[in-house]
Amino acid sequence: MVSLESFGLVGDAGAVSTTTTPLAEVAASNSTLRAFLHGLPGVDRVGADARAAMLGTRSIKTTSKKQAIDLAIRMVDLTTLEGADTPGKVKAMCAKAIHPDPTDLSVPSVAAVCVYPDLVATAVQALGGSGVKVASVATAFPSGRSSLEVKVADTALAVADGASEIDMVIDRGAFLSGDYLKVFEQIAAVKAACGSAHLKVILETGELSTYDNVRRASWLAMIAGADFIKTSTGKVSPAATLPVTLVMLEAVRDFLRTAGRKVGVKPAGGIRTTKDAIKYLVLVNETAGPDWIDPDWFRLGASSLVNDLLMQRQKMATGRYAGPDYFTLD
Amino acid sequence: MSERLAVRKTYKLFIGGAFPRSESGRSYVVSSSKGEFLANASKASRKDAREAVAAARKAFPGWSAATAYNRGQILYRVAEMLEGRRSQFVAELVDADGVGVRKAGELVDAAVDRLVWYAGWSDKIGAIRGSANPVAGPYFNLSSTEPTGVVAVVAPEAGPLLGLVSVIAPVIVTGNTCVVVASERAPLPSITLAEVLATSDLPGGVVNILTGSAAEIAPWLAGHMDVNAIDLTGADGELAVTCEEAAAENLKRVLRPPAAKVDWLADPGTERMTAFLETKTVWHPIGT
Repeated sequence: MVSLESFGLVGDAGAVSTTTTPLAEVAASNSTLRAFLHGLPGVDRVGADARAAMLGTRSIKTTSKKQAIDLAIRMVDLTTLEGADTPGKVKAMCAKAIHPDPTDLSVPSVAAVCVYPDLVATAVQALGGSGVKVASVATAFPSGRSSLEVKVADTALAVADGASEIDMVIDRGAFLSGDYLKVFEQIAAVKAACGSAHLKVILETGELSTYDNVRRASWLAMIAGADFIKTSTGKVSPAATLPVTLVMLEAVRDFLRTAGRKVGVKPAGGIRTTKDAIKYLVLVNETAGPDWIDPDWFRLGASSLVNDLLMQRQKMATGRYAGPDYFTLD
Repeated sequence: MSERLAVRKTYKLFIGGAFPRSESGRSYVVSSSKGEFLANASKASRKDAREAVAAARKAFPGWSAATAYNRGQILYRVAEMLEGRRSQFVAELVDADGVGVRKAGELVDAAVDRLVWYAGWSDKIGAIRGSANPVAGPYFNLSSTEPTGVVAVVAPEAGPLLGLVSVIAPVIVTGNTCVVVASERAPLPSITLAEVLATSDLPGGVVNILTGSAAEIAPWLAGHMDVNAIDLTGADGELAVTCEEAAAENLKRVLRPPAAKVDWLADPGTERMTAFLETKTVWHPIGT
């Protein structure tokens, strides 16, 4: 049996592709994967909930809050994933991504916009050289129920159109039935199809039912080559929660220690208020550490959150409460 | 048999149909007109005001879209529930205002009548404020009234029940939602009124009542960009000026404090309703 501890001795495995990382040997077969993932220590559910709740009570005020708001804006993946999305809506969202508040140019740009693959070209064109990245969901989002060929083609389409980040969904059916190797191979194949694009792997924690499964899925995705692990599609309730993100942050922290490769985390869905966003920032700092407090390593998948951040920002600047009438409708 | 323990009421705020304590955890002592201790009331903070505005905003689409008939019915229901608690309000008014039992009874009756009076206006205000306008062209040109939105109300210090009812009813009958800062000196009837409102089919958030210092809370409401109008009836000279200045930022409608002392028992007229109405005019082509 391959255990976590046996990798403590493994040296530098960073920046090495999936197939040559020493952790790859756990992916030799479904049984080795299973043995490894089930050998991970269990998550104390009550403890994780309590820890996340406790960190959520931290009070962040005045200048720290101001900094946290700007940081949170820089970490947002501004997302629109509706069946009714149009090129016009995506263009408007891109304009907002570059200048979230057109009346105040001191507001930083968001990290990326996140759209469906067919709208990637529109977003790339609208963002131009602004530095805001284009992320695209792929692999039969949001259910992930299709053949590997279709998923790879879906990814290739988005990459060819200029997406620099791919948000893929895992096959939860395969994961829950214990077919870890299938999930692993799909992630690895999509990673290969990404080329230079970053791969975010969506675990859809709302469908994984236990924190143990979240930890296993996190490790599985990281071993298979994920650059980011993401909580949810936003289509399933519950979406991102603090304790689930805590478990994932612990996983990336431990993965860096054992495999020497740093992986980012992206909670998505259900983060609507500044208070929520700041709770996540506290959680990152206290769990993975300050190294992750950076848009390259931590993102917030959200749409309505930005307006609340802007309203709080305006409140701090003007001293009066802001109203939604003065911000974009999205 | 041992003596019963006294079960005293905790006076809390009324926000979004619920009765929370102040976020700040503060309270203040409320005394009777003779200076005796009556109760501790919650002392609302600016954050309670913010929550109340959010609740009022959330309630606005539903309440403003309700039919005038339905709003009238609900106001009438409030009057019924108030009538049912007559003796409780009489006792509270005797304590708070130092009036006699008979006078207090008159004031409660007047408050009930005031609600019924405004309830009747719900489907009639459009008839006096709307119009069919003659225009030089083949168009029907119709003006109709619409509620302004979220209204902040600084309730009068005098008239803890009748005054309060007389400022809340005209605001909500036309479809606005409101955040009310109750009389600081005599806040207890306002929370008992909140209990009446909470049991009268009035959707949560249509009326939100804050107790505490108007001087502390009102400027935050006046400056709040998501508040559409402010009624400064209970704001004294300097506070009213500060609030009106802050209200200018997003062009709130402002109802200034009355110049002379108001007799709340007198016929109120339609002024308080029309102060918080917008006019929408529609041009419609006349068919041939």
